[in-house]
Amino acid sequence: MIDKVTIWTVIVGLGLGSFALRFMFLGLIGNRPLPIWVLRHLRYTAVAVIPALVAPMVIWPAATGGMMDPPRMASAMVTLTVGLLSRNVLAAIICGGLTLYGGLYLAG
Amino acid sequence: MLPVTPKTAFWMGARCGAPFILVIVPFALLFGVVASEAGFSVLETFVFSTAVIAGAAQFTALQLMQEQAPTIIVLVSALAVNLRLAMYSASLTPHLGAAPLWTRAFIAYLTVDQSYTCSVGAYERYPDWDLATRVSYFFGTCVLVLPFWVLASVSGALIGQAIPPEFALDFAVPITFLAIIAPMLRTLAHVAAALVAVVLALGFAWLPYNLGLLVGGLGGMMAGARVEQLLERRTSGDAP
Repeated sequence: MIDKVTIWTVIVGLGLGSFALRFMFLGLIGNRPLPIWVLRHLRYTAVAVIPALVAPMVIWPAATGGMMDPPRMASAMVTLTVGLLSRNVLAAIICGGLTLYGGLYLAG
Repeated sequence: MLPVTPKTAFWMGARCGAPFILVIVPFALLFGVVASEAGFSVLETFVFSTAVIAGAAQFTALQLMQEQAPTIIVLVSALAVNLRLAMYSASLTPHLGAAPLWTRAFIAYLTVDQSYTCSVGAYERYPDWDLATRVSYFFGTCVLVLPFWVLASVSGALIGQAIPPEFALDFAVPITFLAIIAPMLRTLAHVAAALVAVVLALGFAWLPYNLGLLVGGLGGMMAGARVEQLLERRTSGDAP
């Protein structure tokens, strides 16, 4: 269980920090352009940070005590493949979820 | 076609935002459920979703808090996920930078994936819109998205405690993230960023305080930027 001080620190910190990121250019920098190399890196933040976050959760899931788990691996693969092919977030979530439950059912 | 006034632009924006409700509601419900399982009260979930309005960052923070990561690591990692909002802010500035400060503050608060995508698309399609029309369109894109986001988060928190562990909800977070990221892998540079990030994050998973996440994220960003630069040089044909 997470303690209340941590929860509220994170809520306030993340709220203010996210606002600062959103306000940074629109509010403070105005119409001056950003250096190209900064924009070039910013373009890849989401596709770098989120896979880095997810990879250990797929390979060493906390729910199995960090043991590799075939239903969870299969589910991740299916989600990624459907998402890549269909470009549809909901379709990928549904297929990934069905694979997970199918796999857990088969694994007993 | 009738001339576009700020009033009609507002409803055009709302129409552009409407389909995103289908994506936002399940995502926010899931956030509410996972937050309540992690020990968040309904009020805390409500305030979190209202203050941050960024599902991916909220999930990141939640995950790291559950792993007992230090608060500073939780904040840095979640804000890193939100760095794209700074990019949105930069990209909206030429269109909305002339608005009054208070208006810009509200626009900043409401800058999310959906409002940004709709608005930039519309501003490029209708370059002759005046400032009032553009501002009005922007707020229109949020008028449905934001209430549904907050209400679904709270609903998720309310039903959360009722879901037993056999439903393997722990894995809802990776599935949701993968589903969001996969369609974003549009170019070789995006794929390179993701692959390098994964390899580094796994290779440096032994680092304390979840620093492997930051190593993976930064390494992936650098890989993406580098590949983009190489591809640009090849297509333009003349190496500098």
